[in-house]
Amino acid sequence: MERNKLLRDLRSSAIIAAWFSVLLFPLLVMKVSVTGGQALVRFRWERLPAIAVAAFVLSFAWRRALEWNEARGDKPSGSGPIAALTVKARSALALRPIRLTATLVLLAVAAAYPFALGMYHTNIMITALIYVILALGLNLVVGLGGLLNLGYAAFFAVGAYTYGLLWKYAGPAFVSAGLDPGWLFWIALPTAGVLAAIFGALLSLPVLRLRGDYLAIITLAFGEIVRMVLQNSGEVTGGATGISLIPRPWFFGLRLPPRQAATYIYYIAVALVALTVFVVRRIEDSRVGRALEAMREDEIACEAMGVDLVRNKLITFSLGAFWAGIAGVLLAAQTTYINPDSFTLWESITVLMAVVIGGTGSIPGAIGGALLLKLLPEYFRPLAQYRMLIYGIAMILVIIFKPDGLLPRNRKKYTFDGSPSAVGAPVAAGDQEARR
Amino acid sequence: MALMELRDVCTYYGNIQALRGISLSVEEGEIVTLIGANGAGKTTTLMSICGIAQIRSGQVLLDGEDISRKSPHSIVAMGLSQVPEGRRIFPQLTVLENLDMGAFLRRDKATVRVDLEEVFDLFPRLAERRNQQGGTLSGGEQQMLAISRALMARPRILLLDEPSLGLAPLIVQNIFDILKRINEERRTTVFLVEQNANMALKIADKGYVLQNGSIKMADSAERLLANEEVRKAYLGL
Repeated sequence: MERNKLLRDLRSSAIIAAWFSVLLFPLLVMKVSVTGGQALVRFRWERLPAIAVAAFVLSFAWRRALEWNEARGDKPSGSGPIAALTVKARSALALRPIRLTATLVLLAVAAAYPFALGMYHTNIMITALIYVILALGLNLVVGLGGLLNLGYAAFFAVGAYTYGLLWKYAGPAFVSAGLDPGWLFWIALPTAGVLAAIFGALLSLPVLRLRGDYLAIITLAFGEIVRMVLQNSGEVTGGATGISLIPRPWFFGLRLPPRQAATYIYYIAVALVALTVFVVRRIEDSRVGRALEAMREDEIACEAMGVDLVRNKLITFSLGAFWAGIAGVLLAAQTTYINPDSFTLWESITVLMAVVIGGTGSIPGAIGGALLLKLLPEYFRPLAQYRMLIYGIAMILVIIFKPDGLLPRNRKKYTFDGSPSAVGAPVAAGDQEARR
Repeated sequence: MALMELRDVCTYYGNIQALRGISLSVEEGEIVTLIGANGAGKTTTLMSICGIAQIRSGQVLLDGEDISRKSPHSIVAMGLSQVPEGRRIFPQLTVLENLDMGAFLRRDKATVRVDLEEVFDLFPRLAERRNQQGGTLSGGEQQMLAISRALMARPRILLLDEPSLGLAPLIVQNIFDILKRINEERRTTVFLVEQNANMALKIADKGYVLQNGSIKMADSAERLLANEEVRKAYLGL
C-alpha cells in the first residue's frame, strides 16, 4: 500500500517534471537575441536538467506533504510533541503567578525595545504595532462577526485624515493662539475613533442583508470610494499630494528630536495596543461578543433567539472601524505626512491576510499575523521584489496545512476516550472559566 | 381570549403567494399542531408568526396585541420562542454557550441558572455534553439542544418546526414525550408544526391541516386522528 503510493507519487512527479520542461522550454532554455535585424536563437541546454530536477523534487515534496497532512487529520489533534507543548504552555499560563511574570517580562521587553535597538528598528516596530491595532479591529468584524470586510483601509484613512484635516484647518489657529499643535494629536485620537465608528455604522446600513461575496464586493467598493473622494477633493484634503508636516504628539511642550519622538510614539503605540487587546478581550467575553459569534454561525437562529441583527451588524462594523481610526491617527503622527496612496485596497488585504494567517478570531493570532506580515518584509528587503510571490505561497501553505491559522483561537477542544466519566472532560482544563 | 391567534394571514415570496388567508388560534396551556405535506406552507406560517417573513395582510395576535409589524427580536421578548426548522444550533459554540444564547434577552441571571438545571433535568444527555461544541452532537442531541435553547428564553408559547426531521423513530418518540412533559409540567403552550402527523396528533389537543397555503381542516386531535381523509392523506393508513 505504502509502496504503491510512493511509486504513484514518483510517477506523477516524473510526468510533471517532463511537462514543466516543455512548458518552460521557450522561457528558460531558448534565448533570442536580435542583432542587425537578425534573430539569433541560442539554446541553453544546460538549464533543462535543472528545471526537470527542480520540478520533480518540488512536485514530489508537495505530494508527500499533502499526504502527510491528510494522514495527520485522521489522528486526534491532541497528540504529538507540539500539541503537548501548547497544552502545557496554556495550562501554565492559566496560573496567576506565571501569567503575571510573563506579562511583566513582555512589558519589560517592550519598554526596553527602543533603547536596545536603534531608531530604525523602533520606527519599523511602530508601523508593525499600527498594523496590530488594525488587525485586532478587523478581527472583530471578520473573526467574531463573520462579516468579510475588504474596505477596512477606508476607516484607517478616516482616522489619519481626521488628524490631518484637524491640523490643516485648526492648526494655524492653535499656533496663533500660542498653543502647542501637538495637542491636536490627543484631540484627534478619540475624535478619529468616533468618526471612523460613525463611518462604520454608515457602511453597515447598505450591507445589512448581504453576506459572503456580495458583502466583500460592497465593502471593497466602499474602500475605493473613500480613497477616490480623498484623492479628488483637492482643495479640502490636498488631493493626491496629501497633507504634510503633521505635528508630532504633544510631550510637555517639548520639541523632541526625531529619535526621541520615535521612542515617544512607540510608547504611545504600545499603550494603544495594550488598550486594544484589553478592550477586544472584554468584548469577546461579553454578551455582545457572544451575540456576534452566534450571528457568524447562523443568522436565522440568531433572530429566533431575539438578537437584533441590525443593531448587531452596526455594532460590529463600528467597533472594528473605531480601532482603524485610532491606528490612522498613529500613522499620521508617525509619518507626519499622509496621502490617499497609503489607503489602497492592498492595505485592506494585508490586514485581512494578517488576520487569516494568524488565525481568524484569535487575538494572539491577529497580533502575531500583523507582526509577521509587517516585520518580515522589512528585514528581508533584498527579497522585496518577490514579496507578493512569498505572501501568496505563505497564504496557500497556511490554508492547506494550518487552516485555523498559526495561533488559532483557543476554542475549547474535547476528546472522547470512551469512559462515561470522561465524556466532555476538557483538555485545556478550565481555561474558559479562568478567564471569566 | 386565545394566547395566540392568526387572522386571515397572507404571506408572499415575491409574487408567489405562500399563505392564502390562514386563521387559527392557540389557547393557553394547549398543544396545537399544524400538519401538512411538503410545500403546504407550514414553515412559512411559523416564519410569519415570528416576524422573519413579512406578512402582506392579516393579523398575528399575541394576547390580543397585533405583533405582525414587530421585529423578530421584540416578538421573542414578548414570550414567543421558536425551534427553527433543521435545528439551526450554533455549531462552533458549546452546548452551554448555545443555551446561553437562548437566554439572550433575559437579565435575571439567578432564574436563568435555575432554568438551565431544569433543562439539563429534561435532557440529561446535554448535561453530559455541556462543554462540547454544538456541531459535534448527533442529530437527536442537536434537536434536544435546539428545544432546550428555545426553552431557555422561558417562553409562554413554544413554536417548533418539524422536530422529527431526519431523526430515528425512537428518538422522535423520546422528543415528543418530553414536549408533552414540558407542556404539562411547565404549562408552556406548544405550537407544533409537523409532517409526522401521527406522532403530532397523538400528543396534541387540537390540530389544523394545512394544504396549499390554506387551512383545510380544524378539529380536536382525537377526531383528526380518526378522520378518514386525514388517515388516508397524512397517516398513510
